[in-house]
Amino acid sequence: MNLARQEILQRIRKGLGAVPTNRAEHYEEIGRRYTQTGGLDFESKLALFEDRLRDYDAVVHRCSRITLRETIADALKQRGKRQMLIPEGFNADCLPSDSVEFVRDAGKSYEELDRSEGVLTNCDVAVALSGTIILRHSFAQGRRALTLIPDYHLCIVEASQIVETVAEGIRALDNPTEPITTISGPSATADIEMTRIKGVHGPRTLDVILVVD
Amino acid sequence: MTVRVGEAAHAQDFPAAAKELLTNTQLRHNVRHATSVIRGKRARVVGEMADWEDLREAGHQIKDHTLRHLDVYLEQFEEACIRAGGKVHWARDADEANRIVIGIIQSHGQTEVIKVKTMTSDEVGMNPALEAAGITPYETDLADLIVQLGEDKPSHIVVPALHRNRMEIRQIFLDKMGLCELGDKPQDLTNAARHYLREKFLRVKVGISGANFAVAETGAVCVVESEGNGRMCLSLPEVLISLIGIEKVIPRFSDLEVFLQLLPRSATGERMNPYNSIWTGISAGDGPREFHVVLLDNGRTNVLADEESRETLDCIRCGACLNACPVYQQTGGHAYGSIYSGPIGAIVTPQLQSMQHSQTLPYASSLCGACYEVCPVKINIPEILIHLRGKVVQNGDAPLAEWLSMKAAAFALSSAGRLAAMQKLARFAQWPFEKDGNLHHLPGLLGGWTETRDLPSIPDESFRDWWAKREKARQT
Repeated sequence: MNLARQEILQRIRKGLGAVPTNRAEHYEEIGRRYTQTGGLDFESKLALFEDRLRDYDAVVHRCSRITLRETIADALKQRGKRQMLIPEGFNADCLPSDSVEFVRDAGKSYEELDRSEGVLTNCDVAVALSGTIILRHSFAQGRRALTLIPDYHLCIVEASQIVETVAEGIRALDNPTEPITTISGPSATADIEMTRIKGVHGPRTLDVILVVD
Repeated sequence: MTVRVGEAAHAQDFPAAAKELLTNTQLRHNVRHATSVIRGKRARVVGEMADWEDLREAGHQIKDHTLRHLDVYLEQFEEACIRAGGKVHWARDADEANRIVIGIIQSHGQTEVIKVKTMTSDEVGMNPALEAAGITPYETDLADLIVQLGEDKPSHIVVPALHRNRMEIRQIFLDKMGLCELGDKPQDLTNAARHYLREKFLRVKVGISGANFAVAETGAVCVVESEGNGRMCLSLPEVLISLIGIEKVIPRFSDLEVFLQLLPRSATGERMNPYNSIWTGISAGDGPREFHVVLLDNGRTNVLADEESRETLDCIRCGACLNACPVYQQTGGHAYGSIYSGPIGAIVTPQLQSMQHSQTLPYASSLCGACYEVCPVKINIPEILIHLRGKVVQNGDAPLAEWLSMKAAAFALSSAGRLAAMQKLARFAQWPFEKDGNLHHLPGLLGGWTETRDLPSIPDESFRDWWAKREKARQT
């Protein structure tokens, strides 16, 4: 195995010939004239995010911190949900106390996740330009299986978490060590005659609650 | 070391394969429909990006920089991946990669694996190798599942079953999934796939993936997908094996900000594909307990060594060049005899195999340049095609007739006297074929030209004759 490593590296070095030694400088010279920081005002950025989400067939509810509790209750009522999973470290203060039961994911089996009605989580950052929600899989936002196996995902996005460009979103993650999932609409495929079908293996329904103060 | 690209070593030559496929009107209809839909979607979402050209340039420069320092970045990636709890293996060729993967699976006593779409595993012929070792691979990408159950071959880098329509897919699913009833709407077929695979996702203990990007700085690996089958394979099994071509490494995590814009817009015409998974080694309480990376050469170092075509390795496998190519649109992917088809396939396959077996591929193009125009990392495919055509001739692999006629042309064109003599001869020889100043049907090899277009006949007086006469008249 080490032999293979040695041989491949040798072949690379031989193929490249003399390489300049100032690699770090060379990297800094890469031209990055693309848009890195967005220029939209707060309200336009939110509008763009909502528009892009709806384009992916996600349902968006807008509310304030004060109305968050009832918005969650309404969103779940509309979908007919009576029991929802939440990550182990989810802050339960905002949850409605009647109508829906919330169950923490404490190492549930895949089969249990599969039988669940859905999952409610927060996110880490969201990108307006591409309508993307980014999860950092941790105690607070849950392990990967939790937002994957259940068929319904309700995600709470704080307006302050929304950035405009993909570059801002990636930089906000700041070299993460935890697993990251970016979600842009419900799972989908266009593998059959290029017809977009919503809902394959991931959650077939994605709802988003946008909290604006 | 023996480089193998799928079954390309035994494939038919492009012209022969294309001729056969062109008679399949259903396939041509399917391919034309699918490519035109993706082209339209891509054009729309690329058009709305004012900084698209800047993104392309950055993507090209990042790749160019990485390749120039590939050894350093690979070592960095290896170190970071190990630090994060991963295990790194190196494979010189296809057989070595398969041996490593089979060894890992067997060391866990497993006989089944779930796979997320990876072209690289098709390149090394992993599925037949697994089956020969008594291991059952389940493809989980919808298109790959259609190809696997249909005992077919992928015909597109991004949409491997693009040559199949819904009725054909319905029949494959009915035959292979043991269903009694199934509708023919894409939604019905997708639901059938969901049902068929769900149990496997939750049960199978080993996952196999490729990678779109591997970050040298942090050891992170990124897989881009749509259906959620990727997330399933990457996060549910106990053991994960990722087969990664050595050219997939990028220097820093923040470089993803360029590629995660270029790739989805170019590949499927989406502003962002539904899911990206990014993980770094192993994480306590989340996902696989064991993570293996297999870094694959399989001829990539050959490509790297040729400076004129090195940028072939910039490719991020978006498939935009296939959809844009007027040749691919007619023949579909199977004519290329390789899992890498279309313009990028025509330059990747011959180079990986050191110009063995696939000498006709560099000619499978009209050099119109559409591929270069849409390439998100600005690979100059037409120029590389010409470079490879030169190699074919140098290796003495050009068809004899072509070689002879090129030699004859060189002989005639290198002396004014010989050119004039040839013109005289041709003027005489053309009379049986001439009509209204055009040649409509030439015999033999030359007939290839006049089959689809006229050739103006050689005039009674050449420009050189006319010029000489004029000079002479002026002097007297």
